[in-house]
Amino acid sequence: MSPVSRGFRGRSQTPAGEDSRLPPGQHVTLDYPVLSAGPTPHTPLPEWTFSITRGGDTLKSWTWQEMQALPAETVTVDIHCVTRWSKLGTRWRGVSVDTLLDQVDASTPYVLAFSDGGYTTNLPTEDVAGGKAWVAFGYEGGPLAPEHGGPARLLVPHLYFWKSAKWVRGLELRDHDAPGFWETYGYHMYGDPWKQQRYAGD
Amino acid sequence: METTAVRGRLTWQTAAVTAITRETDAVSTIELNPPDWPGHRAGQHLDVRLTADDGYAAERSYSIASAPGEPLAITVQRLENGEVSPYLTEELRVGDQLELRGPIGGYFVWEPADHSPVMLIAGGSGVVPLRSMLRHRQLVGSDVPARLLYSSRTWPDVIYRGELDHYRDGVRVIWTLTNSQPPGWTGYSGRVNAAMLTETVWPASEHPLAFICGPTTFVEVVAEHLLGLGYPPERVKTERFGGK
Repeated sequence: MSPVSRGFRGRSQTPAGEDSRLPPGQHVTLDYPVLSAGPTPHTPLPEWTFSITRGGDTLKSWTWQEMQALPAETVTVDIHCVTRWSKLGTRWRGVSVDTLLDQVDASTPYVLAFSDGGYTTNLPTEDVAGGKAWVAFGYEGGPLAPEHGGPARLLVPHLYFWKSAKWVRGLELRDHDAPGFWETYGYHMYGDPWKQQRYAGD
Repeated sequence: METTAVRGRLTWQTAAVTAITRETDAVSTIELNPPDWPGHRAGQHLDVRLTADDGYAAERSYSIASAPGEPLAITVQRLENGEVSPYLTEELRVGDQLELRGPIGGYFVWEPADHSPVMLIAGGSGVVPLRSMLRHRQLVGSDVPARLLYSSRTWPDVIYRGELDHYRDGVRVIWTLTNSQPPGWTGYSGRVNAAMLTETVWPASEHPLAFICGPTTFVEVVAEHLLGLGYPPERVKTERFGGK
């Protein structure tokens, strides 16, 4: 039971009627804050690829042009950052991860997303399949800005946003779960915002 | 990237507020006395939770301002339309209770065992975790050379002014004021740019370790310039706050 903070009256900025869209401990932001551990990488599009790998082997790889030629979807989703801001109704364009996984024969229970700059994050495969995740390259009608993860980031809106790896360059198929970058620093292995799985042990 | 595992459940605890120091018109340092603080490293942050009498709760993260081993303190800047920061800077009093948990984060951390020259670059209240690093360096008697390039809007907006002004022995503090400068100002004027960084940061040839903390656009610009000066990306650690 939390002690009452003397004199504190909440001033929630959640739009009326949208409380149910906000996971516990989150607040709505109209900005689009940026959180990254290092400098923003700038990979030229001619050098960009997206790969699905397993045990060091590349099973399938797409160039930027090949990725753009795949069927893309526009999705409008709420996103939730572990640092407590949520942004409601964000509009993205990208390729469903199902479309990519369908083109490789292998299937494993886990994936590790990897990015330019060395960032990684781990996810159960069932959380990036079944229409729940995209490789997104468009945001609000335009290209995705570099500081927000462009040219392309993973979009997994039902988990805390650090799972939506910026500057994503591929998925490593894994038989066993292994912590990614933030997970190694004490953040939760799964990261369900509705269960407030922010840190290890939550 | 190097990794240091941080494990174990972070539980909420109720700390007493033991001191409040006004740093600027909008910024206060709050000293806290949690019953069971596991210790922290310089650069980490903690979570604060406020609870209204109707049960409504609001949580935020704040950088830890004190060095490891010192009484725990956070420094908070009041945001005009904020929900938590106006309470912490205007309403909170010594003797009040504050719920917190931490420490959190393990990448934006300086360890004295790293003997590289340290380049700290702060915009506004981004100086808070960097101040923890400077104090830590001082307390452990480290002779690692350190520089702090600190950008503020005006002289009265400078946080920890007196403290930072007194550093000697291997620490150099370089100021820039973006909006207005007092008479006789000898520091830099204007926003941090490529020329200012070229003049002030450790050359990449000395294998420095850089920590940049500030608003998003500030961090983006500074990090980009450091890469241009030859800093490897893995030697540039960043922490960004706020919208664009």
